[in-house]
Amino acid sequence: MKIHEYQAKDVLRQYGVAVPKGRVCFSVDEAVAVAEELGGSQWVVKAQIHAGGRGKGGGVKLADSIAEVHSHAGAILGMTLVTHQTGPDGTEVKRLLVEEGVPIKDELYVGIVVDRASQKVVFMASSEGGTEIETVAATTPEKIHKVMIDPGIGLTMDDAQSLAGAIGIPDMLHAESGNIFQGLYQAFWDKDASLAEINPLIVTKDSRIMALDAKINFDDNAMYRHPDLQELRDLDEENEDEIEASKFGLNYISLDGTIGCLVNGAGLAMATMDIIKLYGASPANFLDVGGGATAEQVTEAFKIMLKNENLKAILVNIFGGIMRCDVIAEGLVNAAKEVSLSVPLVVRLEGTNVDEGRAILAHSGIEVISATTMADAAEKVAAAAGV
Amino acid sequence: MSILINKDSRVVTQGITGKTGMFHTHHSIAYANGKSCYVAGVTPKKGGQEVEGVPVYNTVAEAKQATGCNVAVNYVPPPFAAAAIDEAVDAEIEVVICITEGIPVKDMIRTRDRMLGSNTILIGPNCPGVITPEELKIGIMPGYIHQKGRIGVVSRSGTLTYEVVDQLSKLGMGQSTCVGIGGDPVNGLKHIDVMKMFNDDPETDGVVMCGEIGGTDEEACAEWIADNMTKPVVGFIAGVTAPPGKRMGHAGAIIAGGKGTADEKIAALEAAGVSVTRNPSDMGKLMLEMLSH
Repeated sequence: MKIHEYQAKDVLRQYGVAVPKGRVCFSVDEAVAVAEELGGSQWVVKAQIHAGGRGKGGGVKLADSIAEVHSHAGAILGMTLVTHQTGPDGTEVKRLLVEEGVPIKDELYVGIVVDRASQKVVFMASSEGGTEIETVAATTPEKIHKVMIDPGIGLTMDDAQSLAGAIGIPDMLHAESGNIFQGLYQAFWDKDASLAEINPLIVTKDSRIMALDAKINFDDNAMYRHPDLQELRDLDEENEDEIEASKFGLNYISLDGTIGCLVNGAGLAMATMDIIKLYGASPANFLDVGGGATAEQVTEAFKIMLKNENLKAILVNIFGGIMRCDVIAEGLVNAAKEVSLSVPLVVRLEGTNVDEGRAILAHSGIEVISATTMADAAEKVAAAAGV
Repeated sequence: MSILINKDSRVVTQGITGKTGMFHTHHSIAYANGKSCYVAGVTPKKGGQEVEGVPVYNTVAEAKQATGCNVAVNYVPPPFAAAAIDEAVDAEIEVVICITEGIPVKDMIRTRDRMLGSNTILIGPNCPGVITPEELKIGIMPGYIHQKGRIGVVSRSGTLTYEVVDQLSKLGMGQSTCVGIGGDPVNGLKHIDVMKMFNDDPETDGVVMCGEIGGTDEEACAEWIADNMTKPVVGFIAGVTAPPGKRMGHAGAIIAGGKGTADEKIAALEAAGVSVTRNPSDMGKLMLEMLSH
């Protein structure tokens, strides 16, 4: 699960990490009121969307007067922000963060992820703040300093301070940096985060250190034990079809092709997308119906796929194990009747009770193009879609 | 021979009184030597009951003392599953196979850290399990598609593994052991560990490995294969068409920061001499070709 910058800063504030004063706003009037309340002579108006690259896309503006806060807020709120992470369609800005302006001297980076190879949490720090860490990793990997963290101990003050030294933070700020790094780690650990980043972490001209931007993603598997975090979810930031699918326990991801696919199992679902591509067509979605899909789930899956205007054909690929092919076939027949299929349907069933499943489809009266192997299915669906 | 499990394994089912544990214990007992291999079940506070003719104990330690079980299979729900692995590790069970999907990553980081220095082998979580055809099935895979034979299978996915097995069996190539290592980012055995076991197994002639996007396990395995593997390996990597930044069903199947793409993995495997197919329908056929050379 992803959250907004202002929400991430609220979380970090609870862990003693200094952040600029500011507040979220949903209207221009509110933005002006917040700026007046903050006082000072400079403010930053920041679009709040989940995607990165907001500054380059024109979603972050500096204001030197309240009148500028008013005009920037008006320009950003409601704009469709396109960044390298939003895709070409962009994301509509519905929330703003208005903050006090701070005099930046240095921009640094700190971040935490799970290192899959060592199976530990790794704390990364770099003097190259303000750019994406992937870019730093690709161009100047020696500028990234890492500490693997013992889960029983956490990030020690010694490690935290030596990281601070390694990325060029002045000695007088090491103790404060140590607190911030430990706070970031503790927030990551306590809240079951999968990623926590402060980029940039800044040293100000008046020698303060604070998080100018922050990003936290959480482990979906652990959200059951964080009801407070679940309230931070912003459904406006998520794909409508994916939300709808998740309500029915379906794993669905929208893609930009024309072949809808319905598969059981994540690996097989990806392999099905890949083989569709191999035969010249392209997948409209990833859809894993899981190990025990019901007729209702299959019907809902069809409804969601059929909402896609680009859809030219559907490929169902089921390898029956626990899930029996006859049950899936019945689900397909019901779904096809209920949603009145408007595109060709190719079905490939294999595994448990496959003969019964094929017989049900053959006698159902619905038009099904039956396939035997995955290759056969991919070839037939590409042909049916006219690719 | 086979790897990890065989007809002499003595299995304890953790979470045996739950719906999932009961269902799969029933089907696993019905397969080959299941009746003699499944010796115990564990559910806290349910000791003294019997499920599918198997005695239930309160703890793994009690089950081990009473039955000598040496393999544990875990169907415990996600919030308690990692603690159940810990319990099996503490009881010095030799092989722990965790089927449970949805365990928080933090729990697995703790559990893997606790396992440092332990001799217990962990498989999974979020996996279909392990089967040595015509001997013993531990997990949720459909037993009947498997045949006894000399091909090893290792995979991060469930149904994709069934797809491979089905292709192999239909082409007359049985399997020595099939290992589902699971789709989670922090787990037990990796491709490389299972590959080493197959290489050492005198009754395995070749290996099919199925990987997918996310992490660098396939690359690590490729590096080992290049220098050490003496048997033919066929590879397939799922997710060539997966978009970056999206979690493709499995918690571990995500291209993050431009890393973990299918193309990188395919290149690493090809460089290591693995016969990689981009067509998941051809995995079995390719293995047959490799063996006939």
